[in-house]
Amino acid sequence: MAVYTLKEAQPAPSSNRGLFFWLRENLFSDITNSFFTLLGCYIIYLIVPPLIDWMIIDATWTGTKEEIVKSGARWIFIIEKFDQFMYGFYPEALHWRPNLVLLLCAAFIVAMKYVQHMKIKIAMILLLPVISFILISGGWFGLETVETEQWGGLMLTMIVAAVGIIASFPLGIVLALGRQSHMPIVKSLSVGFIEFVRGVPLITILFMASVVLPLFFQDGIDFDKLLRALIGITLFQSAYIAEVVRGGLQAIPKGQYEAADSLGLGYWQGMILVILPQALKISIPNIVGSFIALFKDTTLVLIIGLFDVLAMVTLTTSDTNWLGFEVEGYVFVTMIYWCICFSMSQYSKSVERKFNTEH
Amino acid sequence: MSAQENMITMHKVNKWYGDFHVLKDINLTIKKGEKVVICGPSGSGKSTTIRCLNHLEKFQKGTITINGTELTDDIKVVRHIRAEVGMVFQHFNLFPHLSVLENLLLAPTWVHKKPRKEAIKTAMYYLERVKIADQADKYPNQLSGGQQQRVAIARCLCINPHIMLFDEPTSALDPEMVSEVLDVMVELADEGITMICVTHEMGFAKKVADRVIFMDAGQIIEENEPHEFFDNPQSDRLKIFLDQILSH
Ligand SMILES: Nc1ncnc2c1ncn2[C@@H]1O[C@H](COP(=O)(O)OP(=O)(O)OP(=O)(O)O)[C@@H](O)[C@H]1O
Ligand SMILES: [Mg+2]
Repeated sequence: MAVYTLKEAQPAPSSNRGLFFWLRENLFSDITNSFFTLLGCYIIYLIVPPLIDWMIIDATWTGTKEEIVKSGARWIFIIEKFDQFMYGFYPEALHWRPNLVLLLCAAFIVAMKYVQHMKIKIAMILLLPVISFILISGGWFGLETVETEQWGGLMLTMIVAAVGIIASFPLGIVLALGRQSHMPIVKSLSVGFIEFVRGVPLITILFMASVVLPLFFQDGIDFDKLLRALIGITLFQSAYIAEVVRGGLQAIPKGQYEAADSLGLGYWQGMILVILPQALKISIPNIVGSFIALFKDTTLVLIIGLFDVLAMVTLTTSDTNWLGFEVEGYVFVTMIYWCICFSMSQYSKSVERKFNTEH
Repeated sequence: MSAQENMITMHKVNKWYGDFHVLKDINLTIKKGEKVVICGPSGSGKSTTIRCLNHLEKFQKGTITINGTELTDDIKVVRHIRAEVGMVFQHFNLFPHLSVLENLLLAPTWVHKKPRKEAIKTAMYYLERVKIADQADKYPNQLSGGQQQRVAIARCLCINPHIMLFDEPTSALDPEMVSEVLDVMVELADEGITMICVTHEMGFAKKVADRVIFMDAGQIIEENEPHEFFDNPQSDRLKIFLDQILSH
């Protein structure tokens, strides 16, 4: 005869029983895992505390160069040269102009979120670059002209990146459509351009833009150095955008084209109203990825003699009063690049999420 | 019978895909208000035939005349024809990035330049007709297949076509949704629109069609009014085909 005894209730599975169990499950579940956990902790221990010491605890934030006693970062250098890092040689009295442009851009981003009316949106998109250009370069409405040689620092980096991004976007779309075209000439021109540009480094394009472009304009026009760089960068970037957009276009089912055609939409109507909105949406992550790459690539303009924010490190540390401050300079510029690129990728993720929840 | 009454005339239409002869001397005349059902085995050229009618496919020989206009490759002619002819696809082909209502507004506002208010009124009228007005603000992928196909029909009706082409409109649907779409099509047929429908729904063909056409290997093999067509097939190929589709 079987005898049954009542068992005590078992404890709940360890997975939901507090910190200790979480640690054991996730960090020390077996020997390998434990080893890598310890190794990881050791690496963090090696890097982080000294870094914090150097950057914050032992850092010098105030005073003059001569008074430095601490062994950490000498941020007074950055503070002293801050304006140059931001604006290059842009006249100090006129710094409000780029500042205002930055403010307008921020306002623009907010406004794009809330304005519903399509025509107002388009007007804003078209007006912003014009107003920004007038404000920064001057020469109109009684604003004092500032030559592009004086532009520099983060401002120049932003301008190069923004123009590259904005101008290459429509050009890239047109190239992508051209590549799909049934017209042989349009198609081979597009393919030829895209494959050529993608086959050479950006530096080559920048050199060509700065040396070769003026040859086409022999009649004495002194081609602005910045403008040459902008043209080079835009052409370069548009080839990459074209490939990204082409990927999106290929993902659109044939039925969408047929439905657009059968409703009587013309080629451009079908593209703009039906195909591109879907294709671009799919391509957003890749487009932003390509923009981030471009933003980092803008540092190459220093090769042809423009002083972007990275070039400012060389420039400011060659000041005889501030020799030997490269480390602070490079760390500072690194942080700037990281912040901007990281925000761009976060922004793209939020745009993606918004699209995904829309329908 | 005056030429005016002929809505569609296909005269010796031939089409090749490379070396492959898809359509062989298609002759077909369809009168105003006539309902025609096309059936035939897979690959026989049914889709190709009706896709030639709104210039989704080009043909190489012969002539097609739609409501008095001869179809050419000229962009103006094509645009004119596409305003006369609506097409409903097997896979609906709604625009997923637009709401149901915006799907219906696209062609009227951009192609036919109607004021938006008027276009909305028309769109809501047709959504009402296909019994789906309460879904106007949803996106296509929030709807069932049957609902999507009814939206697609309404989208065509918004351009106010004289001719409606249907390419297997129910064959991508779950069985329980077939009838809701067929019901809409029957209603439409009753209103006198000219209709060509590629389908294997024989019940629909018997109920609605004035004429049923059998295609095989790029040719029209046989055409007849529905009862004769089904009860008294002439050619062997049609007999075999009917056996096959009626046996399950
Ligand atoms: N773009 C194309 N290129 C080459 N051949 C094609 C193309 N489109 C269709 N075909 C061929 O043409 C023939 C007719 O195709 P069609 O789509 O008109 O047939 P169908 O009668 O509609 O068949 P189904 O019942 O499968 O829809 C088929 O053999 C098909 O393989
Ligand atoms: Mg077919």
